[in-house]
Amino acid sequence: MSDWLEIAAWLVFLLPLASFVLIVAFIRPFFIQYADVAGRITIGAIAIAFALALVLFVEVVNNGGRQIGWTGHEWLAVGEFDLSLGIFMDGLTAIMLVVVTGVSLLVQVYSTGYMKDDPGYARYFAYMSFFTASMVGLVVASNVIQLFVFWELVGLSSYLLIGFWYHKPSAAAAAKKAFLVTRLGDFGFLLAIFYLYFNGATFSAAGLNALDIPDIHDAMNMGIIAPGVAMWIALGLFAGAVGKSGQFPLHTWLPDAMEGPTPVSSLIHAATMVAAGVFLVARFFPVFEASEIALNTVAIIGGITAVLAATMGLVMNDVKRVLAYSTVSQLGYMMLALGVGAPGGGIFHLFTHAFFKCLLFMGAGSVSHATGGTFDMRYMGGLRPHMRWTYITFLIGSLSLAGIFPLAGFWSKDEILAFAFGGDGTVSLVVFLLAVIAVFMTAFYMFRALFMVFEGEYKGGADADPDAESHGPSDHPHESPHSMIGPMGVLAVLAVVAGLLASPIIDLGPIPKHWLVHDFLHSDGADFNILIAAGSTVLALAGILLAYLMYLSKQISAERVGSAFRPLYILFSRKFYFDELYEEVVTVRLFYRVVARALDWADRSIVDGAVRLVDQFSRNVGRGIAQAQTGQVQGYGMAVSVGVLAILGAYLLFK
Amino acid sequence: MSLENFLILGAILFAIGLYGALSKRNAIAVLMSIELMFNAVNITAVALSRYVVPASLLGDAASITDQAARTLLTGQIFSIFIITVAAAEIALGVAIVIALYRSRETVFVTDATQLKN
Repeated sequence: MSDWLEIAAWLVFLLPLASFVLIVAFIRPFFIQYADVAGRITIGAIAIAFALALVLFVEVVNNGGRQIGWTGHEWLAVGEFDLSLGIFMDGLTAIMLVVVTGVSLLVQVYSTGYMKDDPGYARYFAYMSFFTASMVGLVVASNVIQLFVFWELVGLSSYLLIGFWYHKPSAAAAAKKAFLVTRLGDFGFLLAIFYLYFNGATFSAAGLNALDIPDIHDAMNMGIIAPGVAMWIALGLFAGAVGKSGQFPLHTWLPDAMEGPTPVSSLIHAATMVAAGVFLVARFFPVFEASEIALNTVAIIGGITAVLAATMGLVMNDVKRVLAYSTVSQLGYMMLALGVGAPGGGIFHLFTHAFFKCLLFMGAGSVSHATGGTFDMRYMGGLRPHMRWTYITFLIGSLSLAGIFPLAGFWSKDEILAFAFGGDGTVSLVVFLLAVIAVFMTAFYMFRALFMVFEGEYKGGADADPDAESHGPSDHPHESPHSMIGPMGVLAVLAVVAGLLASPIIDLGPIPKHWLVHDFLHSDGADFNILIAAGSTVLALAGILLAYLMYLSKQISAERVGSAFRPLYILFSRKFYFDELYEEVVTVRLFYRVVARALDWADRSIVDGAVRLVDQFSRNVGRGIAQAQTGQVQGYGMAVSVGVLAILGAYLLFK
Repeated sequence: MSLENFLILGAILFAIGLYGALSKRNAIAVLMSIELMFNAVNITAVALSRYVVPASLLGDAASITDQAARTLLTGQIFSIFIITVAAAEIALGVAIVIALYRSRETVFVTDATQLKN
């Protein structure tokens, strides 16, 4: 029974991988004139993977959301060290599988329209397949090493996709930045793995394997790991999550990642890559639970990120950057939820956020498509009559993100707010307040973007934008093709109804209240609090109203507000000078001028000096010996003869 | 005639050859001296072959047959090889001397010092 299920779980991972191999090994080298087949192969493979993921999801539901146990397959065993690969299938994995394959499927369909006629069409779908396969591999991993391998592969494929248009220097730089910044966090993850490994004796004393994720859970539940040890492991893992999920202070790569094609941003921000960090913390939640310091760190970092990113989102002019900062902010929400002890709420928000954020990015791609390739909102405007479907879906996405009843975002955000409010201790209170501030700002920046893009006069699109890189015809905005609108429609529906999976108020037919959080993810959930729900909705509506007054009815002049808070405006639009801090202070001043200079000196004087010493020594010795080489062959013969005689004489003498 | 006489003759010839090879300036004389050393070795080899029986064959007279005879001939066969090789060597040596003379108008080995230092 469970055998074919395990095969199905492996297939969810192997099908996108097979699609990648097929495109890279056959279509690109031999059948490049049939590049459009690549898109169909990818869609087909991911569609089957999605169907299998749904089957697995149903099986896990029938199992009560508890882990379906499959033994690992031994990969390598060296002495005491035993490494096995396997699939860890529980509620968390099942829901992540559905989100990853489902969102990826819709993004691929959208891409066939968006990437049409791109010269790298086949390469694009190869990378997308690989990206999906890596992310699936990550969520099903049952071993820390296995997880880490796919973690890095996700990083690699996002690097390839962000730098997809590698001929653009900005894209190449953004890809490099994403790779390097996330790598900083990965170092912490690696240290956590080492630390687990060195504590292997504690685990094996209880008959457990330190690298197996289910065993780590068991060890935590049995309480055999000291809180101090758990804290370091948790902080190391969290460092990895900070890098991957763009949390403060490693958030700087995520907005730059907008250089990739828009569907890539859509996938990165919704289901893959950035979700990996949240997933990691949720996956190892028992470790975090064992250490209060680790949990508080997660909560505080999440809260800071939620507000900090939202402030930057307030002032961006590039629609994709607004969405990018919005993602960073929402990821902060999820981290905050995990930090206050509500992994169910965090994953629930990840689940709903995947739909509406993916939808919003697709909307951004669609308006860019219509306006000839610009993303600058100052050159858009007045698109509502031209793009009815894009407008409606974008509006639904924005409302859902802002957390307006009864859309999906409302339920998940409310779950987090209520839980943070109900928690005891100052940390819960602080992050609750931070989250409330972020609610207001989220509603404001989303509707600012919506009004700037769709309302008012059309301001010329790419032709008017001096920085637009690809120029399509931009004088007549038009609706995007069905292949792009279709996925957006599906996502819009999901952005409305997805929240009902964990509706906190009433039982919905077969779905009992709090189902996703309580019965499926087996996490604590907060009871519905009408005050918080109403309060956050009012705040969100206030944000929308402010955006309306400033950008639509113009009763409040945006310019005057901007000049009144000029220092703040500059601070936000320069992104709190984080890029300057990292690039000029940390990289140039500290790293280049101090560390690199010291290393350069050591290299020149110590390393090179040793080499030169050896060189001088042998050169001078050789010069001395060379004097004996006179070129007189008879002299050499004399020396040989005398030598032979001497050896013979010595032999006879001392025999 | 005992073995020692042959060995002493070989040693004297070898010493004369070695002295000539190391002291003569003329390349032809050096080649002749080397030839002398070859012949000293030949004499020694043939003499040893005639007088010395390998220890493995001693004390078993019945086994000194075809196999033993071949073993005893080793030194003599060797000297024939040496004569052959010496002939080839002298041909090469003289060719080198001629080439040396043509390029540098000298047959003195002391003048051919291009490879020094």
